Amino acid sequence: MSVSFLISQAKSVQKVIDENSAEIEVLDQKIGDGDHIFNIQRGLKLVVELEDAIKDLPLAKALNMIAMKVLSGIGGSSGALFGTFFMTMAKSSDLDKDVDFNKACEMIISGIKAMKERGKADVGEKTMMDVLLPVSEKLNELKNESEFKPGLNEVIKIAEERMLSTKDMLATKGRASFLGERAKGHIDPGARSSQLIIDTICKSVINN
Amino acid sequence: MKKFINNKDDFLKESLTGFGKAHSDIINVCLDPSFVSRKNKTKDGKVSLISGGGSGHEPMHGGFVGHGMLDAACPGFVFSAPTPDQMQAAAEHVDSGEGVLFIVKNYSGDIMNFEMGAEMYSGKNDSIITNDDVAVEDSTFTTGRRGVAATVLVEKIVGSLAEHSGSLEDCKKLGEKVNKNAGTMGVAFTSCTVPAAGKPTFDIGDDEMEFGVGIHGEPGRKREKMQPSKTIVGNILEAILDNLKPEKNEKNLLFVNGMGGTPLTELYLVYEDACKILQSKGVEVTKSLVGNYCTSLEMQGASITLLKCDDEILKHWDSPVHTAAIRWGM
Repeated sequence: MSVSFLISQAKSVQKVIDENSAEIEVLDQKIGDGDHIFNIQRGLKLVVELEDAIKDLPLAKALNMIAMKVLSGIGGSSGALFGTFFMTMAKSSDLDKDVDFNKACEMIISGIKAMKERGKADVGEKTMMDVLLPVSEKLNELKNESEFKPGLNEVIKIAEERMLSTKDMLATKGRASFLGERAKGHIDPGARSSQLIIDTICKSVINN
Repeated sequence: MKKFINNKDDFLKESLTGFGKAHSDIINVCLDPSFVSRKNKTKDGKVSLISGGGSGHEPMHGGFVGHGMLDAACPGFVFSAPTPDQMQAAAEHVDSGEGVLFIVKNYSGDIMNFEMGAEMYSGKNDSIITNDDVAVEDSTFTTGRRGVAATVLVEKIVGSLAEHSGSLEDCKKLGEKVNKNAGTMGVAFTSCTVPAAGKPTFDIGDDEMEFGVGIHGEPGRKREKMQPSKTIVGNILEAILDNLKPEKNEKNLLFVNGMGGTPLTELYLVYEDACKILQSKGVEVTKSLVGNYCTSLEMQGASITLLKCDDEILKHWDSPVHTAAIRWGM
């Protein structure tokens, strides 16, 4: 993981999210308040615009700048959660040394753990954590493997399955929720955007 | 979409700037990070109250900054929670040294961002979370009940205690009591349109209403056919009374809140229906508030809040207040 890797991933993710923005917007309007896609798009635009400011910085500083930009520029749940993710990654030790696959996995795992604590959400609650937590577990299995590309294909598969699994959630959980039945049948917008991000980054790593 | 708008990116900034100019005798608007604060510095010895949330609910919260209510408000983008740097900057700006009480509506985004703002602020601070909406226990994006119109009452009543030199601890305690004593439920006849989206948040038929709607147009209890006002009001009050169970002869405040697109004429009609129904059930109404205070852009609809009042709440409700949206006694 390097600063140029982060910048190029942000650009690819931005493209994919823009291509799928209409779908995510509709999902959020069905069961949320409709701000998720605009927050994600605004955040990606801000990060991509940081290129000139961060491209020559050490990784820790660049991650920190991304974190502050995401935290102050997005708002909503997404701003707090993804800001927390990058802030935690920036705090990892030994970022001045080479960040290999193993180290990158550890950074992502600790970032997702911090998001879980911030959002106080777990698997099964129809949020982005339904995708992120299983992905984090898989990365934990994979991180020490020398040949990790087949594993990343599994990550892509897990993310997609878990994203789709949010569709029928809530009603089956037996929560005393008046919305339970009505939320059924709609994929969680945060789970969909997270899955798209994971899908894009994994494919790019596999193909390089 | 038909709105007064120049371009989407400047929508909030232009509106906030206009708000600042229109009420320059009471408040100041700071941009980047954006917050609304009182024109006069918080007096020494007074706890500062800071609230905030997504924009689109005006006059909530900027319209409640001023004597007897808030010290500062942090507006996020339309229907999106504000960011932690706004809360941090507002706290640093208004804190007189007595500490800051954050008043937060129970929405996941608001909770997370206020939590981070509070962590980033080095001064003494505490938070209260409002969750007065009896329509839903767990909505799609909150844990527990949503914080809606009763937040206005919390801000007024705690604002008065802070003005009367109440401690941070006492302010928090009173805020929690008001929240616990209040119940709200709303109904929407039309959707609202978020400027960034450019189209209505939800589809609703000409003869339909969303019963138990949230303040962003998020779904409530059920979709129903339109009914006469007294039936709608009766159903809302039934849900609230089920939850609050006011004692006979207990004093109550009745708050009819417009969602933004319903004229005052109708809101007063709702108030009349509510008074009659409450009277028939032996629920005494001694205080009132009617108007657009916690809105959802241009949505047609209204919410009703009932607040059980003891002497402490009544005293602080009546005390002088001077903000852009609420003013009496001075």
